[in-house]
Amino acid sequence: MPELGTPPAIGREPAPPLAPVPPRRDGLPLWFTGLGPLVLLAALVLAFLRFGPVGVFRAVFPPVEELTVERIRLPAPGVMEVSVVNGGPEAVTIAQVMVDDANWVHSVDGSRRVERLERRTVRIPYPWVEGEPHTVTVVTNTGLTFSADVAVATQSPPVDARYLGTFALLGIYAGVIPVFIGLLWLPFVRSVDRKWIDFFLSLTLGLLVFLGVDALEEALETSASVAGAYQGTALVVLGLLGTPLVIGAIGEWRARVKGARSPLWVAALIAFGIGLHNLGEGLAIGTSYATGEIALGTFLVVGFLLHNTTEGLGIVTPLAGERPRLPTLVILGAVAGLPTVAGAWIGGFTYSPVWTTIFFAVGAGAIAVVVFELWKLFARRTPAGLLAPLNAAGVLAGMLIMYATGLLVTA
Amino acid sequence: MTNRKLSRRDALRAGALGTVGLAAGAGGLSLPALGQGPAAQDTTRGSHHDMMTVGQLAPGSFDPTGFLARFDAGEVSRLSSGQVLREYELVAEDREIEVAPGVFYPAWTYNGQVPGPTIRCTEGDRLRIRFTNKGRHAHSIHFHGIHPANMDGAFEPVHPGRSFVYEFDAEPFGLHLYHCHTVPIKRHIHKGLYGAFIVDPREGRPPANEMVMVMNAFDTNFDNENEVYAVNTVAFHYQKHPIRIRRHELNRVYLVNVTEFDLLNSFHIHGNLYRLYRTGTDLQRFEYTDMVALAQGERAILEFTYKHTGPFMFHAHQSEFAELGWTGVFLVQEALHA
Repeated sequence: MPELGTPPAIGREPAPPLAPVPPRRDGLPLWFTGLGPLVLLAALVLAFLRFGPVGVFRAVFPPVEELTVERIRLPAPGVMEVSVVNGGPEAVTIAQVMVDDANWVHSVDGSRRVERLERRTVRIPYPWVEGEPHTVTVVTNTGLTFSADVAVATQSPPVDARYLGTFALLGIYAGVIPVFIGLLWLPFVRSVDRKWIDFFLSLTLGLLVFLGVDALEEALETSASVAGAYQGTALVVLGLLGTPLVIGAIGEWRARVKGARSPLWVAALIAFGIGLHNLGEGLAIGTSYATGEIALGTFLVVGFLLHNTTEGLGIVTPLAGERPRLPTLVILGAVAGLPTVAGAWIGGFTYSPVWTTIFFAVGAGAIAVVVFELWKLFARRTPAGLLAPLNAAGVLAGMLIMYATGLLVTA
Repeated sequence: MTNRKLSRRDALRAGALGTVGLAAGAGGLSLPALGQGPAAQDTTRGSHHDMMTVGQLAPGSFDPTGFLARFDAGEVSRLSSGQVLREYELVAEDREIEVAPGVFYPAWTYNGQVPGPTIRCTEGDRLRIRFTNKGRHAHSIHFHGIHPANMDGAFEPVHPGRSFVYEFDAEPFGLHLYHCHTVPIKRHIHKGLYGAFIVDPREGRPPANEMVMVMNAFDTNFDNENEVYAVNTVAFHYQKHPIRIRRHELNRVYLVNVTEFDLLNSFHIHGNLYRLYRTGTDLQRFEYTDMVALAQGERAILEFTYKHTGPFMFHAHQSEFAELGWTGVFLVQEALHA
């Protein structure tokens, strides 16, 4: 039985303890020196708001308005529902609504004055035309306009128990089952030579690099439609860099407690990263479904299944030297696959570009961690690491597989 | 929701539906059933009550109904020569105006209103227009008609806080207009500095129910395209407040087009045709039609009498303009019998 995931020697030389330095006493109590600047800051803010030049700014500059249309639903013939959020610095008042350059009657679920970060739904009795594009424009009281398009008008399916059931089945068919099929390679990878395990591991790494880049691209793309106040790009950076920090800190803590990074830990990380990626995909799917953007394509399902099956292989390969119990495998598969269902549910009921951006960014960050862990693993296992010919071929093959199945889904 | 290139996610979305079909088949659910919302009820509704702005203007706003027949004949006196002298006061001031319920536009106005007051006089009168600029930019008044070069308002911008007196004889008779001619002219016009200028023929025109209609539009978000179209500024005003006229009574519309950014504007009347006197400079020749297109600065006098009672629409025949506010209704009522 080939061994894998040998505990690395983490025995670090503890740093010499610092000589205890007696705290200096300036005669000021600690709480005072700590809170003093905060109190001053609060006083400054109050003074600025009260006496500062805010009024001057208001008088001179026109209000900066920003209203983001988050989604347009077509729940029934002759009805449009437009969800807007105020992501700007000032309150915005919805004065009128136009559809395709025509003023239209409408109702707003609440005050027409939308405070910062508040949301409204505008209901418009507009006879939209099946299969044709429409443009909805919200006119504010200052005459500024905010528009969004319906690319192809189709009635949005109702989001109800049947929807939930269907998407649970979808997640299980397209998300969970393929992952489990991938897991079934476990006996195979357990019985092949060590160098072939290395090959499959590097293949996994290739798959993950592809998925990670895909998740990052989706995060950045979605972030462009995030309301300004939520700072889409900053969200991507937070998710992308924050996730490795958190996972790294947890891993370090585990290593201290248990003394080693187990292969199961690597597998769990992979499952976690893939799960977040699939959560983002699920959100996108659910949203498209609820807004009627989904088009039929049976052939594309094949690509979807293949994608997720390779994800299962990625999870199981680090466990080649282990004897994981069945429940463990089930949990790993569920962690990777079920988020598709959760994402689809969330996306169907309440889509927000903010959450989609966060999930994709966190997914990209988690995958980056896994890639880094695998990289380190290779450095320990073979002198040439990933650049051993078979390993390099594995990475390349992994990326090519993703590219090829990607061709299938974009066909 | 937005147009963008097909990405992998789009493909996955597409793939997902296929999978839904797969799942639905296995789960005993049918996909078509999922697509059915509430029963289709009203795709064919198309009432003009829906294509409309919501709400009312704030109290005290400019009243387009009152504007229709409000003529400024000036302060009338006689010169020693016996010539009639009409003196007018026009003041340019910046003012926020309501162009649709709840939609406010930072306008430049003559006498605080858009369109400016309708100046009316008779051919041969001496006109003396005292213009004061209380705005924050230089402005002027350029009258259409026959007058000396130094009274043309094109080369003498009146700076903020300054005044200028335009003085000339009213000629020829017809329907003219006045507007600011300070550069950039496009902005000075679409911000609201314009009005109708009527010079009556000495012998007058037949008695009629007279209405001034200035076709204008507002680029509320300053992207060089108009968001609001109207006659006399307020979108859909005469649809929400129909103009009441009498059957068999002669109506006369003084129609001026000052619409900025669009090449043409037009006036179409329902259930009737009108006598079209282009520029109003000839009392005899007319065209009998129900549709006239005017370029910016063009104007025409329209005369018509309704044969039937009931509501009749009038609107721009550019449907886009009509749907963005340039739509009104004549409510024809039974004639009063003496």
